[in-house]
Amino acid sequence: MKMVRSTLAVLTAAIALGVSSFAQAGATLDAVKKKGFVQCGISDGLPGFSYADGKGNYLGIDVDVCRAVAAAVFGDASKVKFSPLTAKERFTALQSGEVDVLSRNTTWTSSRDAAMGLNFTGVTYYDGQGFLVNKKLGVSSAKELDGATVCIQAGTTTELNLSDYFRANGMKYTPITYDTSDESAKSLEAGRCDVLTSDQSQLYAQRIKLASPDDYVVLPEVISKEPLGPAVRQGDEEWFDIVRWTLFAMVNAEELGVDSKNVEETAKTTKNPDVARLLGAEGDFGKDLKLPKDWAVQIVKQVGNYGEVFDRNVGAGSELKIERGLNALWNKGGLQYAPPVR
Amino acid sequence: MQTTANAPRSRGSVWTDPRVRAWAFQIIAVAAIVAFGWFLFHNTQVNLERRGIVSGFEFLGQSAGFGISQHLIDYSESDTYGRVFVIGLLNTLLVSVIGIILATILGFILGVARLSPNWLIRKLATVYIEVFRNIPPLLQIFFWYFAVMLSMPGPRQSLGLWDTFFINSRGLYMPSPSMAEGFWPFLIAVLLAIAGIVVVYRRAKAHQEATGERFPVLLTSIALLLVLPGASLLVFGTPFHWDVPQLAGFNFRGGWVVIPELVALMLALSIYTAAFIGETVRSGIQAVSHGQTEAAYSLGLRPGLTLRLVVVPQALRVIVPPLTSQYLNLTKNSSLAAGIGYPDMVSLFAGTVLNQTGQAIEVMAVTMSVYLAISISISILMNWYNKRIALVER
Repeated sequence: MKMVRSTLAVLTAAIALGVSSFAQAGATLDAVKKKGFVQCGISDGLPGFSYADGKGNYLGIDVDVCRAVAAAVFGDASKVKFSPLTAKERFTALQSGEVDVLSRNTTWTSSRDAAMGLNFTGVTYYDGQGFLVNKKLGVSSAKELDGATVCIQAGTTTELNLSDYFRANGMKYTPITYDTSDESAKSLEAGRCDVLTSDQSQLYAQRIKLASPDDYVVLPEVISKEPLGPAVRQGDEEWFDIVRWTLFAMVNAEELGVDSKNVEETAKTTKNPDVARLLGAEGDFGKDLKLPKDWAVQIVKQVGNYGEVFDRNVGAGSELKIERGLNALWNKGGLQYAPPVR
Repeated sequence: MQTTANAPRSRGSVWTDPRVRAWAFQIIAVAAIVAFGWFLFHNTQVNLERRGIVSGFEFLGQSAGFGISQHLIDYSESDTYGRVFVIGLLNTLLVSVIGIILATILGFILGVARLSPNWLIRKLATVYIEVFRNIPPLLQIFFWYFAVMLSMPGPRQSLGLWDTFFINSRGLYMPSPSMAEGFWPFLIAVLLAIAGIVVVYRRAKAHQEATGERFPVLLTSIALLLVLPGASLLVFGTPFHWDVPQLAGFNFRGGWVVIPELVALMLALSIYTAAFIGETVRSGIQAVSHGQTEAAYSLGLRPGLTLRLVVVPQALRVIVPPLTSQYLNLTKNSSLAAGIGYPDMVSLFAGTVLNQTGQAIEVMAVTMSVYLAISISISILMNWYNKRIALVER
């Protein structure tokens, strides 16, 4: 009943926009504190980013961002509730106030930022769109895909990039558009389409969900820039800052060598002023954000620094084994860079 | 009006006059509804503006930039969202119209079979109806799509028929005709044959009513249809060139393709709705008193003719109103297409377009109005038909 649910979600959201009052700075934080948890929009099942394990616990980078926000606000990473959303439902759910943060491998684009009443707080994962094909096709480059049938997920930037890429290369294709990534994966296995296209990280994630992952290969071409990050409603700068600095705290912690194991010890003993400011031992930068003094300590202790989160969910410590690549720190050849706490 | 005008005026205030009161309450009710509607509209606009969400219908003129798997009119990625809307609408209408036709045919057969004197046919129809009307339509769509259509072999192992028709997991492939030199004479010959058949039918009917003698209309019609176009074929040459699908690269090229999403949706919707129509038809037929059948038999009409000339015309009066509801259900159920990626109104417009533009309120309003318009059109059409066949009492 996915589409029934999704239509309902959009409807209730539209009605909510009709009868609700408007967003105010500070309104989200107050509401979150009052209800006692952060409501977080995640995907409907994408290994490494947001998915439920066998016991019903949600795991993944996107999930950890939400847990980090809860850790910063409440000092307790478990005070978060998750709403799995399809690509189609996600923006309306955020616009209408159904979720407080949308952390759902969402690409940051100008129209989403400017026209949809959203603000992206940062980039949790630098991605790019790629192609997954069956080895039997004997295709080794995306340039050989003329005439192919391509499976995609509805309501994504992927749909637009795909069309741009094929038009730019003078090739033809037939798109088959599904609501969920599971349906497109099933359809690829059944041979309804030759190629599945999505962000590369998702392709690796979907590949391990296939019956025989070794029969499929990700083509080398990356056809787009996909900076993925959390988004919040426009008009509440206070909440925007909290979500933005939660991510910055995680990146800064990695850069400064603070991790979940040594954070409490470091907070007490550190001589490094940068670390001391981040962990609240010097100054009270949490107060500026309307957060407790030890906000960053709680984030790192309960969730981890950016490196740990990456490693555990998609990197060497996970099934996906994705290289850091663009997502390494800026001083290690990547793009992850956070402004200083001072 | 006449009576109240003549009635003696009440002496109390105007509020004791029931007529004034009734009007006043109705005016208040309408005003309240209008005010509430205006409040919703205004508040929504204010909210959208404060949250920085773009509103309005300018997006319909913007270029869409994504591909669509099935479009009945020409489409390329640089076309507008407005054109995408039309494509979604046509795709919804296509599946609804085909579904309604198939469901009606199948439903009438089932309804008659349910009352068949033959035990096996009767039980088979009962089992069919009980099975298909009790499974949710979405599951049936999934079954036809994932379990049947997608289990077909891949393009390179297609099941072929005489090397002209092919079926595989990508759809049904068939040759497509294009005009050849003999096209116009052929068309004229076919039209002439049809005109001839109409004339023969009318003459035969008049003749039968005047003299009681019957004329073999069917045989004459077939002969006309064969002879005239056949002659054109011999004299002017073939009317069509056939473009036969050929395996090229990943897929078949050329010919017509019916995508598996459409096939699955069409099958699921018509099979599901036919079960309900079957029951409607059965109840309609049973509503006609058995005395009518016995009277027809005693006049010497054969069972087939009795059904066609006596029972069905009377049963239709009972059948048509609930049949309208089934047509409406089928049309609305076609929005389940989103589940299997058939590019209908909901999947294309209320899905992709909504997401690319983020204008939920406008898109949902348009989509709902479209379904409302389609449903009301079906209702009007069926009500008109119902009036036509209604019992004319003298």
